Amino acid sequence: MTGICTVISYSLMAIGVLFNLSGAIGLIRLPDVYNRLQASTKCVTLGTSLILFSVFVRVGLTPLGVKALLTIIFILLTSPTAAHALSRGAYKSGVKLWEGSVCDRYKEEKEPEK
Amino acid sequence: MMGFYIPLLLACFLCLWRIGRGPTPADRAVAIDILGIIVVSFCAFLSLLTGRDFYMNVALSWSLLSFIGTLALSKHLEGKGFDE
Repeated sequence: MTGICTVISYSLMAIGVLFNLSGAIGLIRLPDVYNRLQASTKCVTLGTSLILFSVFVRVGLTPLGVKALLTIIFILLTSPTAAHALSRGAYKSGVKLWEGSVCDRYKEEKEPEK
Repeated sequence: MMGFYIPLLLACFLCLWRIGRGPTPADRAVAIDILGIIVVSFCAFLSLLTGRDFYMNVALSWSLLSFIGTLALSKHLEGKGFDE
């Protein structure tokens, strides 16, 4: 039983590390603030949740595992909120969209007559 | 376990590169947010690697403090005061 839990924990941690690394590569490679935000926030949130869940699978219902579950809940609640506030702040501070962007729904919402 | 160590460190250094390089302040704020979340996973990994419990306390409080810091940075980017 512990062997199966160890194998599942290692697999989850490998997938989580892969997601974290791809999120960081997206932070480097993409051309725009909004592209970087939407690529890296989701990947890194999922990767961190998987790593914390692998800790929970390894140690079971100990205080360490319960803290890992609590951290998953906090990460899943706070990370999209922080990303939303950051994109709103970036738009309000006047960062231009990438020139290959197709539409700007926020601007259409603000100025509907154009 | 060392196979997980190097990609996480690489991800942290990519975030640091974007913090140093980023053309606008919004890029730096985004990279700081992502670095905070990656450090949480790094602390969880260290708590498995060393077998000590207090790294998970560090991860829990780091996630909350990183969220509050990101909110403060975004309000600062909007250019308003904190009470609006």
